[in-house]
Amino acid sequence: MQSRIDPSGSQTLSPATGMGPALLSMRNVSKSYGDRKILDGIDLDVAPGEKVALIGPSGSGKTTILRLAIGLVEPEEGTIRIDGRYLWHEEDGGRLRRASNKHTRQVRRSVGIVFQQFNLFPHMSALENVREPLVHTIGLPRPEAEKRAAGLLAKVGLADHLTKRPAQLSGGQQQRVAIARSMALQPRVMLFDEVTSALDPELVGEVLKVVRDLAHETDMSMLIVTHEISFAIDIADRVLMFDTGKIIEEGPPSQVLKAPQEPRTRQFLRAILER
Amino acid sequence: MNSFGWDWSYAISTLPDLFSGLKLTIIATFFGSILAVLIGLVLCLVRMAQIPVLSGLASFWIQLIRGTPLLIQLYFIFYVLPGWGLSLAAFATGVLALGMYYAAYAAEIFRAGIEEIAPGQWEASLTLGMPIPRVWTGVILPQAIVAVIPVLANMVIAMFKETALLSSITIMELLAQGKSVGSIHFRYVEPLTMVGVLYFIVSYTAARMIRRLEGRHAIQN
Amino acid sequence: MDDFAAFQAYLPFILKGIPVTLLVAFLAMCVAIPVAFILALGRMSPSRSLNMPAGFVIELFRGSSSLVQLFWVFYVLPFFGLELPPLAAGVFVLGVNSGSYMSEIIRAGLNAVPAGQREAALALGFSPQYRFFRIILPQALPLMIPPFSNSMITMLKFTSLVSLVTIQDLTFRANMVASSMGDSSSIYILVILVYFGLSLLLALLGRFLEAIVNKRAGRSISLFGSANPSRIPPWALGRSG
Ligand SMILES: Nc1ncnc2c1ncn2[C@@H]1O[C@H](COP(=O)(O)OP(=O)(O)OP(=O)(O)O)[C@@H](O)[C@H]1O
Ligand SMILES: [Mg+2]
Repeated sequence: MQSRIDPSGSQTLSPATGMGPALLSMRNVSKSYGDRKILDGIDLDVAPGEKVALIGPSGSGKTTILRLAIGLVEPEEGTIRIDGRYLWHEEDGGRLRRASNKHTRQVRRSVGIVFQQFNLFPHMSALENVREPLVHTIGLPRPEAEKRAAGLLAKVGLADHLTKRPAQLSGGQQQRVAIARSMALQPRVMLFDEVTSALDPELVGEVLKVVRDLAHETDMSMLIVTHEISFAIDIADRVLMFDTGKIIEEGPPSQVLKAPQEPRTRQFLRAILER
Repeated sequence: MNSFGWDWSYAISTLPDLFSGLKLTIIATFFGSILAVLIGLVLCLVRMAQIPVLSGLASFWIQLIRGTPLLIQLYFIFYVLPGWGLSLAAFATGVLALGMYYAAYAAEIFRAGIEEIAPGQWEASLTLGMPIPRVWTGVILPQAIVAVIPVLANMVIAMFKETALLSSITIMELLAQGKSVGSIHFRYVEPLTMVGVLYFIVSYTAARMIRRLEGRHAIQN
Repeated sequence: MDDFAAFQAYLPFILKGIPVTLLVAFLAMCVAIPVAFILALGRMSPSRSLNMPAGFVIELFRGSSSLVQLFWVFYVLPFFGLELPPLAAGVFVLGVNSGSYMSEIIRAGLNAVPAGQREAALALGFSPQYRFFRIILPQALPLMIPPFSNSMITMLKFTSLVSLVTIQDLTFRANMVASSMGDSSSIYILVILVYFGLSLLLALLGRFLEAIVNKRAGRSISLFGSANPSRIPPWALGRSG
């Protein structure tokens, strides 16, 4: 697999915050499906502890960015680094070559993701959903994994539902299990993909509260795709507006969400608020 | 004739016999299919119509046919029915057996097609005040039959391949021709391989064509 | 000897075909299942050097008649110095032929598991083996069981072909006895009923497997009665409703 590499090389500083070396760093990343270019030369940095909100119309490539960040899809061009390590490459005497699957799996471990559709394992209980990665990915002994999983589930308010299967839980509860599960590996970067948009309206609040608490309590970096504007204003350090595969506007929420410069951003926000 | 490896001139010399067998195979498939589709549709309707006794019998019949090997059904028609006063030529026996056997499958295919019709179609017909028989013949069956054509076509291909069983009741179809040529020359390599190749060519191209037509149909909708 | 006496005399001989038929079906199934998995996984693999040969085997065995394949292995392979005993030839052809068809069941089942399951498993860092055996397969199995139990019945019927290569199964024995009797109807009816009974038993076994697998997947189904109720309104079938 060929991949063009940016010449600037090593660690980059996060442009927006200057909080130190970026934890997630994409350089000149492009991705196409067939002959449709979904993402076109994206540069994106998320500093340690930084919370970045991603907004943009449907089909603009927000989910694709998250899938790239955790290595579920591979970019045709560009590099992705997590905590300084290349996701798809290994350095070999100053040059980059395609890394093994094992390397990718190793690097990916520092990233967690919560999906729009939860994607819980339906044949496992809530506890098993959270416990299994602890046992099989990190290799914790079972009793300890169980204890930690129960702790995580208690934290998202599900201490009473440990033995239930996903089908026995409400959408909001399922999504909270999914959040606990993605926290299990103690990722340094968390990705949230419209985590409330598959939920009934009355269940949105409980999930947003969990994410909000997480954002305020932990020093994880977060990349959050959301259409909940007030939620984004509340927790984001920085907002990126996406359109047709490019970042068209970026800045603090007070600017991008309250006084957008780009007409396209203004139009998008108006459409969302008029829903 | 060298006895190892492949003898092209021998292989080619078998072709006229094999083609006459292939012709018989295709004719048997053709009539067998017609029989299967017609009997299958009747079986399906009788079964669904919930007529006392008759529907139960149709249902049992379908299960019985599907639960026993075609070969034994073939023997039954060939060896037993004449004793009961129904004497058929071997070829007619073969076509009848194929038709009866696959009719049970066709009935299931039609049923699946009918079950798949959206409930809205029934409701719409009811609100339009159509009489029930008219709903069946005018709305449901036409849609169901069109919908199952690709499945029926695949069934015909399966039948085509299974006509090889007719060789066991003296019908000189493709496989029987291959065996007979082989036994005359004490050499089966070429004829039996050619038989396999001919089956493959016909069924593979037919399957490809069905897939193509299906694809075009899907695009049009 | 009149026909009824003959029937009684031959009955044990015919019934001895039942274990032979069941043995062939069982052995062929033991070949078919791993073959089906290997072919399905090969076909689904992105690597050309795996999916091309798998596709070739599948098309080859599905493309021509199973009886032709059986005769080919029986009559032609000895020419190339490979003389298989009839049972081995029968089990091999039945197994690989059915395996080719069953690979489609497996492929469809695996493909029916939502893509998000694979993605979640990848994102959580599970090994490829864990992803397949513990995440994807348990969800695909319940979907595979109903068509799989159909395949078992198909296999049972399929075994009758081995009578044509001298294996003394039910069909072979029935034919042999029938040819020495004036009226062979009782023999054939008996054998048809035996096959039918075995098919029903296999169908029941299939429902049993279905119930077990579904129970493990958190659903329950009844052993008898249809799994999905008809969508046709009762009034259309002549009942008031
Ligand atoms: N596997 C795929 N194959 C082909 N096209 C794809 C695939 N995944 C995504 N796309 C296309 O890429 C584009 C971007 O998709 P993406 O899911 O990233 O958008 P999004 O911004 O998340 O939209 P939404 O708000 O609807 O979730 C869409 O037009 C989509 O159709
Ligand atoms: Mg999306």
